Amino acid sequence: MKNIEFRTAASAQGGLVVMAGVPGVSAGSRVSLRDHMGRLRNGLVIRSADDAVLVEVFEGTDELDLERTWVRFLDEPFRLPVSRDIMGRVFNGAGQPRDGRPPIISADRRDVNGEPLNPAARAYPREFIQTGISAIDGMNALTRGQKLPVFSGGGLPHNRVAAQIVRQAKLLGEDAAEFVVVFAAFGASHADARFFQESFEDSGVLNKVVMFLNLADEPVIERLLTPRAALTAAEYLAFDLDYHVLVVMTDMTAYAEALREVAVLRGDVPARKGYPGYLYSDLAEIYERAGRIKHRRGSITMIPVLSMPSDDITHPIPDLTGYITEGQIVLSRELANQGVYPPVAVLPSLSRLMKDGVGKNFTREDHPHVASQLFASYAKALEVRGLAAIIGAEELSEGDRRYLRFAEQFERRFIGQGEDEDRSVFETLNLAWDLLSMLPPEALIRVSEDELAKYHKWQGAE
Amino acid sequence: MGKILEINGPLVKLELRESVLGEQVRVGAIGLVGEVIGREGDSALAQLYEDTAGLRPGEAAQGLGWPLSVELGPGLLGAIFDGVQRPLHAVWARSGDRIARGVAVPALPRDRAWHFVPSPAWRETCALQGGDVLGTVQETASIQHRILTPPLLRGELIELAPEGDYTVEDVIGRARLADGRIDKLHLFHRWPVRTPRPFRRRDHAVQPLLTGQRILDTFYPLLKGGKAAIPGPFGAGKTMLQQQIARWCNAEIVIYVGCGERGNELTDVLEFMPELMDPHTGRPLMERTLLVANTSNMPVVAREASVYVGITLAEYFRDQGYDVVMVADSTSRWAEALREVAGRLGQMPVEEGYPAYLGSRLAAFYERAGRVETLAGGHGSVTLIGAVSPPGGDFSEPVTSHTKEIIQTFWALSKELADARHYPSVDWLESFSGYVPSAARWWAEHIDPGWEAARAEALDLLAASEELQRIVNLVGVEALSSEQRWTLEAAGLIKEGLLQQSAIDEVDSFASPQKQYALLAALLDIHRHGLKLVKLGAPARRLIQLPLLAQARRWKSQFASDQMDELRARIAGIPAVFEALAEEYETGGGGRAGAEGVPS
Repeated sequence: MKNIEFRTAASAQGGLVVMAGVPGVSAGSRVSLRDHMGRLRNGLVIRSADDAVLVEVFEGTDELDLERTWVRFLDEPFRLPVSRDIMGRVFNGAGQPRDGRPPIISADRRDVNGEPLNPAARAYPREFIQTGISAIDGMNALTRGQKLPVFSGGGLPHNRVAAQIVRQAKLLGEDAAEFVVVFAAFGASHADARFFQESFEDSGVLNKVVMFLNLADEPVIERLLTPRAALTAAEYLAFDLDYHVLVVMTDMTAYAEALREVAVLRGDVPARKGYPGYLYSDLAEIYERAGRIKHRRGSITMIPVLSMPSDDITHPIPDLTGYITEGQIVLSRELANQGVYPPVAVLPSLSRLMKDGVGKNFTREDHPHVASQLFASYAKALEVRGLAAIIGAEELSEGDRRYLRFAEQFERRFIGQGEDEDRSVFETLNLAWDLLSMLPPEALIRVSEDELAKYHKWQGAE
Repeated sequence: MGKILEINGPLVKLELRESVLGEQVRVGAIGLVGEVIGREGDSALAQLYEDTAGLRPGEAAQGLGWPLSVELGPGLLGAIFDGVQRPLHAVWARSGDRIARGVAVPALPRDRAWHFVPSPAWRETCALQGGDVLGTVQETASIQHRILTPPLLRGELIELAPEGDYTVEDVIGRARLADGRIDKLHLFHRWPVRTPRPFRRRDHAVQPLLTGQRILDTFYPLLKGGKAAIPGPFGAGKTMLQQQIARWCNAEIVIYVGCGERGNELTDVLEFMPELMDPHTGRPLMERTLLVANTSNMPVVAREASVYVGITLAEYFRDQGYDVVMVADSTSRWAEALREVAGRLGQMPVEEGYPAYLGSRLAAFYERAGRVETLAGGHGSVTLIGAVSPPGGDFSEPVTSHTKEIIQTFWALSKELADARHYPSVDWLESFSGYVPSAARWWAEHIDPGWEAARAEALDLLAASEELQRIVNLVGVEALSSEQRWTLEAAGLIKEGLLQQSAIDEVDSFASPQKQYALLAALLDIHRHGLKLVKLGAPARRLIQLPLLAQARRWKSQFASDQMDELRARIAGIPAVFEALAEEYETGGGGRAGAEGVPS
């Protein structure tokens, strides 16, 4: 069947073609479509019956002449050829080279959809990754094998934060990063793609990066394939070649919008904001490919970037993402406007796996308590700041004014740091104690009395 | 034999005569399994539990003649199953790290022999009923598995095997049925998951399910056999709270259904549980635990089935006379799976795309909880705790609002509390429990008669402080009277010294009912003593600086449940602190109050 060209397109509309009278086509099969100009397009069988086969065409159905369209059913799912040679290469969303170099030739061609990992085979992520960013290491620590998205908004420096993590991420006790990077951009602008490319070049890791790019002006349907192709490469690098892989994907919102576009064409019943009911399952298929496997050395750590439409964290995309990923790093427009970089809103940020990767035997025994105390004190400080905005700072008690100063310092010195500043987790913790020393010991109930005695340098009320 | 007509996502149209709704089918060359959900003439519509990629029209299809069923017998405890009861460890051994499609592995190990001890009461030609206990197998050190006859059996026992080692497939007995046929009895039997298992009658739930979590046990209690929901936006600590319940609750069996949730969370449970000891028996927790996992990247149709598999397993242990807790995380993913299939069937959506039968399906599911008299005459219970994941944390969405009407205990998690790292982030104003009167009887009898009044007093204090906080947010704390400031402080003491509980702190993670009540009574005591002083004219700001307040906030993590004497000794010191102050104010009718100034 692979070698037969059918010319039985019965209808075409909005990216979908109905083929009549092709019996026995397998569901999910790849399709190659040749138009009257001789151009080849890719497609996928999304519904198959003997009398009608529904094909989704990645490059769209514009300028398609039904009588002069030839279709071959390739009888296999989308596959990505993998070998060691993918390192340092740049591919398009469907896994074809876009760096002008020859295609990857390999007998090992993998179904980009992957297969679900058996939960019994997973190993729990416990190794603390030091990103050198205090707001992350101190309060929302990342572990190897975790999926921790960056929730951002238009105009916020999420790309710079992601690039800084890629540059600085390492295990404690390591001198330099041991990671290889798989970078996938979908719906991203050319400028964004170039920013990352230059950032990788500058830090000299370009030969350890695999890139999959589907930019904003490229076929929308191909966007659905891009993260899957990238993760297929990542799985190969992690679980066949034992690398620790850091996957950076941007922007998941563009991916979800592409999914919605296709769902509408297919006539799927919309759930929230027009997104199909299976958005959750579909996102999970992508995110859940992060992790570790027992008896395998490599790992996949995932940092997806997504922009929250109108900065709304309850929008379906960040909302469903938050239910699947193990926490989130939220960027704040307010902090960014005050010139704080990285503008991490620590309160809504969270790392679910932090509890198992920090503390005694991992970082330092006071780490979990310090993190908890910073959260509590900063939350309290923001409450005071809200009050000060109403009644004026002069009306506050001395105790409350102390909190105001704490908030200010915390944002400037703890959250804020340089783009090239790589703080060790111990520097971060010491800095935290410096700041907590602005508050009286009786206000610090989340740290133990021993820790207070050891680290707290309260000078008394001035 | 029939054949495939059309493939559309997880739905497959088959040419299959004489199939019954709900019947299992095997489809295609790799033998994918699914169930019939619609019939029209000679064609049947089936939903498959696995990904349908690669299937083609014309491939064979076959009806299997039975509905989706589970195997019930020794070998369940400590296992992890997928949404259609395939044992994931065995699947791992068979097909590697990733779950290959079409893998068929029986749920219970076929090669393992169990030591069966027949019940002494049985003689040949005894009348035999469904649900009778034929004998026992010591499945784990802490749990004795009672071997039950299939619930619908009626007849007489004509043979029962002597004590010895048997695999689940060995025949351990024979029964002559009412119609004269001979039925073989095994250590296990099958039961269709969508049909509730029968029992004699429903009993009143009377005993609290103690979880060791203060805000749950003391403020919003749940009973054994009750129904509870935990709604909360992402990041509110839903999973942690459920894991705490699974760890510490005083049920005998815990069934944890991970329905559309994270793979790493199940791994966490799998790696963590065997190391943890059951506080009630001192044995590894895994010996009383059973996991059903359909992680979010596993096929969606099996997700719909997984909660039914879980509840049927729960009912089976209930029928053995055990108190069972089933935690379903999350019912929202189950509802979404329902929605996805409904959407593909072209059913008319009502709210947010959900089908019209969402409410009735949810209600029927929760009704499978309860405390019952079993067919064998014993008592057992299934307590059902469903997590709900409302989109955007909006409790008015369909799944949360339908669930709220069905359940009795509502543990509402709050994003604001979680953001301030106040865990468990159970919102004391939004939560409710319909079981307080029943629980009060138990607390009065076993712990202290003052429980109900103390609980109410604490909740009043919290509600009052919420009002005051609103004023403070507008005009600042200086505008409050001394008495109001003290109320605010006492409420803060209850929040930090009682409601907040750290799951990762060894001492604080679990609190016995004795410790819970002692802390509650002590903190209320501090409030009352202080109030008396304030009424005498002592300024609240003086009281707020008492070191006692900071100390009391630490008691929860300073004294474990078995250090009650030390805790009581500290508590006994409370009056002295205030008496020392009281002398100043009682004598002078104002004492130093004038000097320090009472805020107007």
